[in-house]
Amino acid sequence: MSSFSVTEPSTRSKWFAGTMVIIYALVTMVPLAWIMLTGFKSPSDAISYPPKVVFEPTLEGYVNLFTTRTRQTPEYLEANPPQTWYDEIVREYDMVIAGPSKFGERFLNSVIIGFGSTFLSIFLGTLAAYAFSRFKIPFADDLLFFILSTRMMPPIAVAIPIFLMYRQLGLSDTHLGMILLYTGVNISLAVWLLKGFIDEIPLEYEEAALIDGYTRFQAFYKVVLPQAATGIASTAIFCLIFAWNEYAFAVLLTSGTAQTAPPFIPTIIGVGGLDWPAVAAGATIFLLPVMIFTILLRKHLLRGITFGAVRK
Amino acid sequence: MAQIQIKNIRKDFGDFNAVKESSFTIEDGEFFMLLGPSGCGKTTTLRMIAGLELPTSGEIYLDGEEISQLPPSQRDIAFVFQMFALYPHLNVGKNLSYPLVSQGMPRAQVKAKVDEVANILGIQDILKRPVGGLSGGDRQRVALGRAIVRDPKAFMMDEPLGALDAEFREHMSEELRALHDRMNATTVYVTHDQLEAMQMGDKIVVMNNAVVEQFGTPQQIYDKPATMFVADFIGSPSMNFLHFDGAVSEGADAVELHGQSLGIPKQMQGASGKMVYGVRPEHITLSDSGGYRGEVLASEYLGTTQIITLDTPNGEVKARIDSAQVATVGEKVGLNFDARTVTLFDETSGQALRSELNNEVLAHG
Repeated sequence: MSSFSVTEPSTRSKWFAGTMVIIYALVTMVPLAWIMLTGFKSPSDAISYPPKVVFEPTLEGYVNLFTTRTRQTPEYLEANPPQTWYDEIVREYDMVIAGPSKFGERFLNSVIIGFGSTFLSIFLGTLAAYAFSRFKIPFADDLLFFILSTRMMPPIAVAIPIFLMYRQLGLSDTHLGMILLYTGVNISLAVWLLKGFIDEIPLEYEEAALIDGYTRFQAFYKVVLPQAATGIASTAIFCLIFAWNEYAFAVLLTSGTAQTAPPFIPTIIGVGGLDWPAVAAGATIFLLPVMIFTILLRKHLLRGITFGAVRK
Repeated sequence: MAQIQIKNIRKDFGDFNAVKESSFTIEDGEFFMLLGPSGCGKTTTLRMIAGLELPTSGEIYLDGEEISQLPPSQRDIAFVFQMFALYPHLNVGKNLSYPLVSQGMPRAQVKAKVDEVANILGIQDILKRPVGGLSGGDRQRVALGRAIVRDPKAFMMDEPLGALDAEFREHMSEELRALHDRMNATTVYVTHDQLEAMQMGDKIVVMNNAVVEQFGTPQQIYDKPATMFVADFIGSPSMNFLHFDGAVSEGADAVELHGQSLGIPKQMQGASGKMVYGVRPEHITLSDSGGYRGEVLASEYLGTTQIITLDTPNGEVKARIDSAQVATVGEKVGLNFDARTVTLFDETSGQALRSELNNEVLAHG
């Protein structure tokens, strides 16, 4: 290749682009890294000034996150030597583990509500998007606008009516209530995104399937769905991220049975002084599912499935 | 295999009338062409036969059974799409077996059938490949394979060669015709390419503006066009139209154009007013003599023949003559028309006037 090329960027511009990407990555990742590190600090290291980058790691934060502890008399402590590694950690503060904390439950609630509402949004959204894309629906444009209009104000603007409605219907602090709420918010996004993806799938594939002896529904799930996988995956990620991170409604509508992790994590602060490592540990664990989900679906995000079986 | 009978079929999309009441019959084993310019309703007609559109009114009979309102899966008709429409998430073999799997055919039988079809089409080697990376020709073969694999009663093909390169089209059209002759399956083939239609078809339906203009063998359509549209659409260069005002009576065998008497086949229908004298370029000879004269405007050399454009008192005329004959631009020459091949048209209605030449064709078309 010659030293000059129109299509190939020069070494200098490659270096420049690389540097910019690294700077951007640092800016976005440093806070995350800081939270993860804080999770492994002792409470005093966590609040030391100047901040400590090098420190002796401890699992104290995680132990505090998952347990409740009580202070005990020296006699009791002497009579009951620590049984496990996490017993030993809390002994340093003259405490014993009284039982598990509520974090596990709250985390499970987040999983049930987050994935439940994502599934429901995608399920209903795909069917609606398919219908809008393929069939002649009277007032289709108006309906689509109507669906989108539910996004035209911040959901929290209707918090009070929803609060009252949920109280009347007995949906407050229930899994079902939260799943329905997040589905309601996400479904408009799902319908619009998925309609775009399904519009791109040529009608001929379904017609070919109809000719090949399949019913319309079979054609839908055997031919359209696999090709909409990219769109479904990316839409699912958006829906999950919203439902997973939602804070305001969770605070307002849940307090016990169906409380999700976001409103729970800050309450850890109040348990025994400012326990930043426990909060950071909670935030770290809370991050993981969305990260894993996104990484699992990444290949669908990056890969176009319709790679030219139809000539355009 | 089957006979397909179309009776008064009509299709409206809202206010738009895509196909006006049309009727024709496709005989068992025929290679049947639906020919016309784009938007003439030929593809809609094909899709109605296959069941991808339901007709607004009219009937379709497949081997005597009325099928016009059945879903496509119950018609046992295969369809080859212009853009192939191979399932992109399946490999070649799976694409071929798809129509069989839907019928619940046992696995071993499916495999045998797929292998057989792959052999016929010469695509055994690519059965495991994804369809994405295939060449145009191989995609075309896979699409054909998917159609023939379940031995349907009839094949519908929507411009199957439209997406191929010119060079490859020729080859593929021969392959297609050979495949048809081997399987002897009723085939309905949509094209806008008149050459393709003439080359491959046993019979042709010419459609224009949602109407069937003419229905017959390629020879009938070429030599005995029923309308001015057909005469103009078929043939390259197309038929010459010499416009004139006059009258012709039943039994006449000549008309007067610009003071010259020109021969025509014996007329079986009289007419007067604006008329058109239609003659194919190859039925014109040029000579020094001849009362009807024109001036040579241009000549196009085509190897064995040449196309001469002439200016005549009744408009421009193209003649196909031997390339050995000398025609100089600017020269005035005499034009002689082969009277037996001429068709007269009523210019207002665009319909051909009946004569001894075309009476038989027009009577049932």
